[in-house]
Amino acid sequence: MKVAKFIGRRLLNLVILLFVLSLVTFGLLYLTNSDPARTLAGAKKVSAAQLAEIRHQYHLDEPLWKQYAIWLGNAIHGDFGTSIRTQLPVAQMIGQRAWVTLTLALMAIAIALLIGLPLGVVAAKRHGTWRDGLITALAVVGVSAPSFSVGLLLLYVFAVKLGWFPVYGLGDGSFADAVPHLLLPAITLAVGLFAAVIKVSRASLLEQVESDYTLFAQSRGVSRGTITRWQLRNAALPIMTSSGLLIASLISGTVVVETTFSLGGLGTLLQESVTFKDIPVVQAVTLLLATVICVTTAIIDALYTLVDPRLRPSGGHRGSADAPASKEGEA
Amino acid sequence: MSDTTQTSTQAPLQPQHGPQEPASRTASRTTPQSSPQHPRLLPLPTRIRRAMSGSWAMLVATLILLATVIIGLIPAFNSQALKQDIVLGAVPAGTDGHVWGTDALGRDVLMLTIAGARTAIAGPVVIAVGAMAIGLVFGLLAAYTGGWVDWLISRVVELMLSLPTLLLAIVLAGLIGGGYWVNVLVFMLLYAPYEIRLVRSAALSHLHDPFLDAARLLELSPVRILARHVFPVIRPVVGAAMFLDMSNALVSLSSLSFLGLGISPQAADWGRQLSDARDQLFNNPMTAIAPGIAIIVVSVAMNIVGDWITARADRGER
Repeated sequence: MKVAKFIGRRLLNLVILLFVLSLVTFGLLYLTNSDPARTLAGAKKVSAAQLAEIRHQYHLDEPLWKQYAIWLGNAIHGDFGTSIRTQLPVAQMIGQRAWVTLTLALMAIAIALLIGLPLGVVAAKRHGTWRDGLITALAVVGVSAPSFSVGLLLLYVFAVKLGWFPVYGLGDGSFADAVPHLLLPAITLAVGLFAAVIKVSRASLLEQVESDYTLFAQSRGVSRGTITRWQLRNAALPIMTSSGLLIASLISGTVVVETTFSLGGLGTLLQESVTFKDIPVVQAVTLLLATVICVTTAIIDALYTLVDPRLRPSGGHRGSADAPASKEGEA
Repeated sequence: MSDTTQTSTQAPLQPQHGPQEPASRTASRTTPQSSPQHPRLLPLPTRIRRAMSGSWAMLVATLILLATVIIGLIPAFNSQALKQDIVLGAVPAGTDGHVWGTDALGRDVLMLTIAGARTAIAGPVVIAVGAMAIGLVFGLLAAYTGGWVDWLISRVVELMLSLPTLLLAIVLAGLIGGGYWVNVLVFMLLYAPYEIRLVRSAALSHLHDPFLDAARLLELSPVRILARHVFPVIRPVVGAAMFLDMSNALVSLSSLSFLGLGISPQAADWGRQLSDARDQLFNNPMTAIAPGIAIIVVSVAMNIVGDWITARADRGER
């Protein structure tokens, strides 16, 4: 019962969030120009009659709330209209490019976990030593270094100087050729992520390393491997969920990284469309990426609370989101 | 810990609200204060030396930031750096008169990178100060008033924190297209909810301390209580958050310039330089290396200072 109520609350929050998101996205049309018909006409010269036709075609002569309703109805069915720049259906443009972004994101998160987790574990197990210091320093640099400067430096060293990787673009268009082209961008994207993974895994494992049960197990002579296994099991949940929550920075990061490496994914599409003020495409990509971010974040967040018995909603408490932050949790 | 996961959702991936190491906390509890004297009573050099002790990284970071600020304040660099020489074009490092070569417009890379210090510092500082000002006003208001005001502010903040910050900033700032300071304004508004939440919870944790009860008993005005009694207590937290914000803001702002949104193509800006450098990697790689390293170094320096203040603020809590 409590769980159902908890899920219901979270679902309601998500729906409100998505509603606000759609409002913001819809409002983008009115952001650039007081007359959206002119925006939709693009750069070409249009007569008053043509403007009126555009107005009618896009239902701009209807009241605002009705415009929104029509737009949202179409958007839910995957119809975002046609691009001003290419005159192609927006959905088609997105469909052709989504795989690039998806592959890049998956590769990046795999690399980030593959590098970040072991380093975090080493830092926590050997905390206070020079290895811990080095790894922590690496994490600080990784978190603060912007992906495009890291990307260009990697590009210079590994593609221009050493020639190990292709420089720009996606290759001949086949998936097999795209993967090596995506490797350097994925590493770039992973730099910011693995730093975050290191921080989280180090912090949660350190809690286990300093716990009473570790001390007890050690004094009873339990083997180091076994102790590590226990510690990892206890630390796994926060590590996994926090890594899942990196989705937001991952997806926002693809926009920058794709532009750095001239990859034709959703990120470059968004960047180009923003520059050209191609509003229908901007709306579609923004709504798509933001929805992916919000939904995955909400699911992971809810799962975390439900799976961990210590956090499961119980009587007397309001949802964890409302609990006043303790001194420890903040600052 | 559930609060920590809630907070780590969005783009600024900073340790600001991240998990704490229990080590530092337990250690601070057991070791007694080194000096029984109140720190304020010590002479300034002693205070600075004591603050810096054992942290050369902090010292280096502070020096880097100071240097960047001072360079950014000298206007002569800016006019020098923007001198173009289209006929010359991009030449590699070491060409006479240009230690690090020139970019596609024939501008000296070294001068341009030095001149970029201005936008690298000005915008982030304005964002951090502005966001924190909003955060202080609404955070203290929510914490002190409570009731429906608190409820409303908290819900709006929660909602805004769930939105993907960088993605929205790219779209909003790009479509408005108002230049550098509009980008700054957009980020200020998008960063403010983080500060509101921070200030609110920091203030809430002290709201029932005896010294505030005393202040209320004296019937001091709420504004006076907040400004003179609550604010000093939460000041370390506020300071740390501002430095971490600056680091975030530098990265975010230069991301926008890198994407070609906001800053004019001629301006001296590290993000813009890197964007131009994408075509020059073969002609003069310094066009990418110089501003790239500059951003990383300054951003890391801001982060180190922020982390260091956070650690000190944690120790001061006890």
